[in-house]
Amino acid sequence: MEQVLELKNIHYAYHTLDGETPALTDISFCLNKGEFVSVVGPSGCGKSTLLSLIAGLIEPEKGLIKINGKYLRESTTNVGYMLQHDELFEWRTIYNNVILGLEVQHMLTARTKEKAHDLLDLYGLKKFENARPSELSGGMRQRAALIRTLVLEPDLLLLDEPFSALDYQTRLNVGDDIGQIIRKEEKSAILVTHDLSEAISLADRVIILSKRPAVMKQTIPLIFDLEQDTPLNRRNAPEFKTYFNLIWKELNLDE
Amino acid sequence: MSDLSKSQLQYLKKHQKHKRIVRISRILILLSFLFIWEFTANVGIIDSFIFSSPSKIATCFWEMTLDKSIFLHIGVTLYETILSFLLVIAISILVAVALWFSTKLSEILDPYLVVLNSLPKSALAPLLIVWLGANTTTIIVAGMSVAIFGSILNLYASFTTVDPGKIKLIYTLQGHKIQALTKVVLPSSLPAIISNMKVNIGLCLVGVIIGEFLAARNGLGYLIIYSSQVFKMDWLLMSIVLLCIMATLLYSLINLLEKWCLHRF
Repeated sequence: MEQVLELKNIHYAYHTLDGETPALTDISFCLNKGEFVSVVGPSGCGKSTLLSLIAGLIEPEKGLIKINGKYLRESTTNVGYMLQHDELFEWRTIYNNVILGLEVQHMLTARTKEKAHDLLDLYGLKKFENARPSELSGGMRQRAALIRTLVLEPDLLLLDEPFSALDYQTRLNVGDDIGQIIRKEEKSAILVTHDLSEAISLADRVIILSKRPAVMKQTIPLIFDLEQDTPLNRRNAPEFKTYFNLIWKELNLDE
Repeated sequence: MSDLSKSQLQYLKKHQKHKRIVRISRILILLSFLFIWEFTANVGIIDSFIFSSPSKIATCFWEMTLDKSIFLHIGVTLYETILSFLLVIAISILVAVALWFSTKLSEILDPYLVVLNSLPKSALAPLLIVWLGANTTTIIVAGMSVAIFGSILNLYASFTTVDPGKIKLIYTLQGHKIQALTKVVLPSSLPAIISNMKVNIGLCLVGVIIGEFLAARNGLGYLIIYSSQVFKMDWLLMSIVLLCIMATLLYSLINLLEKWCLHRF
């Protein structure tokens, strides 16, 4: 299978005047094309750091990251990053928010504009193209944020607890919604979360990290025997509970 | 209006009444002030030579309008104020942007800016006259000196408080610092820039008047100093009234700009 992402022996530490805080130790894993991986671990274990490294926002102290077979520094692959909050700009309309990435990368052409309109139409936001973010519900805003990422045609999506700012009911719906969009667009994705059921309902594989400094404890492949494999259906499947308990036990092993 | 409930109507009525009382009281205060001033000056309770009177100020203004000399004074002060204001805005945005770009630069310059900001700027005016001469340039620089350091500090402070998540977003979209500036920092600081303008327009006027006190042949500040020296109190008080009106008009101009910006963005 084609590999989108390869991480090898990644180490990272934060430095402040008070000292050094190791965040990640010896993290290695691969991501295949079209695969969805969840990374779970206790709060503050360095999960978000992992995504920042893959997105190239910070550089690892040791280890290497390859995207589509190229080193991160030389890679031209677009990596989409969804943050915890939607970060839509109130001074822009939804359409103008969606094309922000295109603007930043100087990729605004008739074709990409068309694509932005199409995606907004496809995911039910056409009516709101000229609306301000504050006029949209939390779920719709998160969708707009996803479209802003998708319009750049990323080969790899990084999701940094993108649903955690939503209330529980919206969260389930939006998780289901966004999960299906990502499946439909056949994107490879890494979801970082501390919500185990979210991780299990969305991913093909769960990577469990330990407390800081995070090491990889275990990787658990998720296999559901479902006709329609959607996040909400998974939550009702008998396997769900088994996986949940397995991961829960693994996380609490050293406490 | 028929579909409004009785209590809602009552509420609206109460609100309108409140508004009316405020408006009428404001006008009443002005009218009674003018009346008492005029009356006491006329019957000799106060000396109209020193305190002047509304009618004398009005007559004085009318005479200066007829010989057109007042337009020169108003025009000069207005020109100097607006020019120094525009320069302050442009320079302080540029400097604040530079400070935002380089944390090192901002840390290095911080104590200097703080000292220059707390210095009483009127102390600089005599120095400026010696350095630049008794001319319009001096007055414009004097106007700028009052506002510019505070303006830089304010703008820089508002730039640094921009939501870090929004800046991170630009980086995750593979943008650079320049785009973080143009797409996030400047647009989200627009309200701060405008409220900064509101403060600065008043401060520039202060600086320009200080400058005109010391180094001018015309302008309202010159008129004030000159008339106090020759004891023409009508001129002096008229100049102050004109300054009040000018300050109000300039301020409401910025208010209009704010409304326009809010509407547009």
